[in-house]
Amino acid sequence: MTTTTPQFSAPPVNQLGPWAWAKKNLFSSWFNTLLTIISLLLLIWVTTSLLGWALTQAQWDVLPSNFRLLLVGRYPVEFIWQVWLGVAVIAAVGGFSWGVLARQARLLDRRALITLGVLAAIIVVVLALLTNPVSIALALGLLVLLVLTGFAGQAIGRAKPQLGTWLPLLWLVGFLLSFALIRGLIIGRTVRLDDLGGLLLTILVAAVSIVLSFPLGVLLALGRRSDLPVIRGLSVLYIEVIRGLPLITILFASQLLVPMALPPQIRTERVMRAIVGFTLFSAAYLAENVRGGLQSVPRGQSEAAKALGMNPLLTTSLIVLPQALKAVIPTIVGQFISLFKDTSLLAIVGLTELLGMGQAILANPQYLGRSGEVYLFIGLIYFLCCYAMSSASRRLEKQLSAPRRAVEPALTTARPDGG
Amino acid sequence: MTQPQMEMADSQTGAEPIIIARDVEKWYDNNFHVLKGVSLTVAKGEVVVVMGPSGSGKSTFIRTFNALEPYQKGSIEIDGIQLSHDLKNIDAIRREVGMVFQQFNLFPHLTVLDNVTLAPKWVRRWPKAKAEEVAMQLLERVGILNQAHKYPGQLSGGQQQRVAIARALAMQPKIMLFDEPTSALDPEMVREVLDVMRTLANSGITMVCVTHEVGFAREVADRVVLMADGLLVEEATPAEFFSNPKEERTKKFLSQILH
Ligand SMILES: Nc1ncnc2c1ncn2[C@@H]1O[C@H](COP(=O)(O)OP(=O)(O)OP(=O)(O)O)[C@@H](O)[C@H]1O
Ligand SMILES: [Mg+2]
Repeated sequence: MTTTTPQFSAPPVNQLGPWAWAKKNLFSSWFNTLLTIISLLLLIWVTTSLLGWALTQAQWDVLPSNFRLLLVGRYPVEFIWQVWLGVAVIAAVGGFSWGVLARQARLLDRRALITLGVLAAIIVVVLALLTNPVSIALALGLLVLLVLTGFAGQAIGRAKPQLGTWLPLLWLVGFLLSFALIRGLIIGRTVRLDDLGGLLLTILVAAVSIVLSFPLGVLLALGRRSDLPVIRGLSVLYIEVIRGLPLITILFASQLLVPMALPPQIRTERVMRAIVGFTLFSAAYLAENVRGGLQSVPRGQSEAAKALGMNPLLTTSLIVLPQALKAVIPTIVGQFISLFKDTSLLAIVGLTELLGMGQAILANPQYLGRSGEVYLFIGLIYFLCCYAMSSASRRLEKQLSAPRRAVEPALTTARPDGG
Repeated sequence: MTQPQMEMADSQTGAEPIIIARDVEKWYDNNFHVLKGVSLTVAKGEVVVVMGPSGSGKSTFIRTFNALEPYQKGSIEIDGIQLSHDLKNIDAIRREVGMVFQQFNLFPHLTVLDNVTLAPKWVRRWPKAKAEEVAMQLLERVGILNQAHKYPGQLSGGQQQRVAIARALAMQPKIMLFDEPTSALDPEMVREVLDVMRTLANSGITMVCVTHEVGFAREVADRVVLMADGLLVEEATPAEFFSNPKEERTKKFLSQILH
């Protein structure tokens, strides 16, 4: 067969016009047309009734007058700058990692610009209705800090590409620093943990529990695969017992049992005991997720490491664990998102985190019957936080995946046994 | 390159032995008797090719040399170090023995260079600069210097296997074990790997290769052995093994692979 002159063809551009698109995706058959119409009607009904309520009936004054309570609880007002400082540290670390990870690309690409624009718009428009101009300026300042540290991270990341591996450590340090600043342990006045509330408490409990449960969960997962029967047995026992209990039970138990387990002169705050409960709970589930990741690493990997003379510790920490964790990032982040939402159970053990604070406000006779307004706002905050976490995880996953060839001839490495 | 080295063949007169396996027996957990008393002595600098039908225990046998598989009876001595059944002194042994696998088993999360330098840095405790210098020399030797900063997933199978060889050599082993290094490769890539193995053999390192590449065995091996059903059936120079085999089992095996 003779071929004609080689054609340099670009893939055909299938730009459908809006009508053609709608026809293809929405009205391709009578059933689809029916579905489309029903969904459209539902959508219109929900939005109009919600908007109608929001614009005519709802009394939004409950939000601006309680905004600070919802965000930081009874944190002393005159030391609120400690919180700003702590948040600034996180923004700086976040911007810096963003820059390091995006060192090969343009920092302010279209996506980043849109995200920043939306954030700025939310700050200016929404906060203007809820709080004072100083806070708006400070919040915008945080965005600027994020971008500036982003550029710094990009410049430094280009000079020292191996920096990427140190980012987790940077996060740990930044996190501890932020925590210490907010508690007023470094400068300012020390604030009792139990005085924190609202979103600040939600984030704090979730973050501390996540940071603590991660190493515990990894150790449990490794323990479950250990060659030593005692370690394996204890790990299995722990994981199965915790997974067999409802979180509520564990939270109540930790409130009661932690003080009993400690010598009486050590007084723990309630928040601490709750964190212990969340950590113990989360670690068990994390262990199972990590175990899945460990099983997905082919046996040939650890054999190759052993054949190179690496001892079990090196084999696990340099070869198996990095691959296992990378494989389960989406699952782990999903688990952390549920942990974040589960912190709403703190209200049941008497702590006023975001939801608890909302209930406390609603209990005030002055704000009787405003539950719609308050819960909608709280739901929105939860959604924003969770959405931020999941999109960050998607980016992280993309960054971490090692480049592969498009076509892989004779590459059958998936076989778990190298023999 | 092609002259037969008869004097190495059966009696290890002259060269001193570096691998001495005596009556090695192994059962898998399910009581499957996979090695039924295999003895093999390999002299320093010798190249031994192991052949045999699938499932005869070739992989299992050579994997006992670097303690990837424990064994239950017999004895194995590597460069004067006794490899006990309970694998106590494995660290000392594994430093002497490099291994190349059928499935390459490169570390996909590390660059080619990091794959090669990882063990020297962490096990031999070499400074980074030294490890990278040695790695670059080895990568040049196997012809992939310009791919050093790519990830394994970006390389062809043949290139990956050559990286795997460089990675094993970076630990400066005295013995190299190859377990069907070309079986997972497309035909056009087999040659580039065999070429690297050929130069390696000529450099004087001790090699034990499980392979069905007859051309390679004829040209490079000092000795060819045949394993079948967990036993060592025949042991001869390549010339004798391929043109004048003594055992029926060998004849049958050769008739299967030679067409
Ligand atoms: N982990 C194991 N547990 C139980 N049986 C095993 C295990 N590994 C291998 N075997 C069995 O032991 C026998 C020998 O296996 P081995 O891999 O050593 O053979 P081989 O000669 O290398 O074969 P091939 O040419 O297919 O690689 C096979 O029958 C195999 O099914
Ligand atoms: Mg095999």
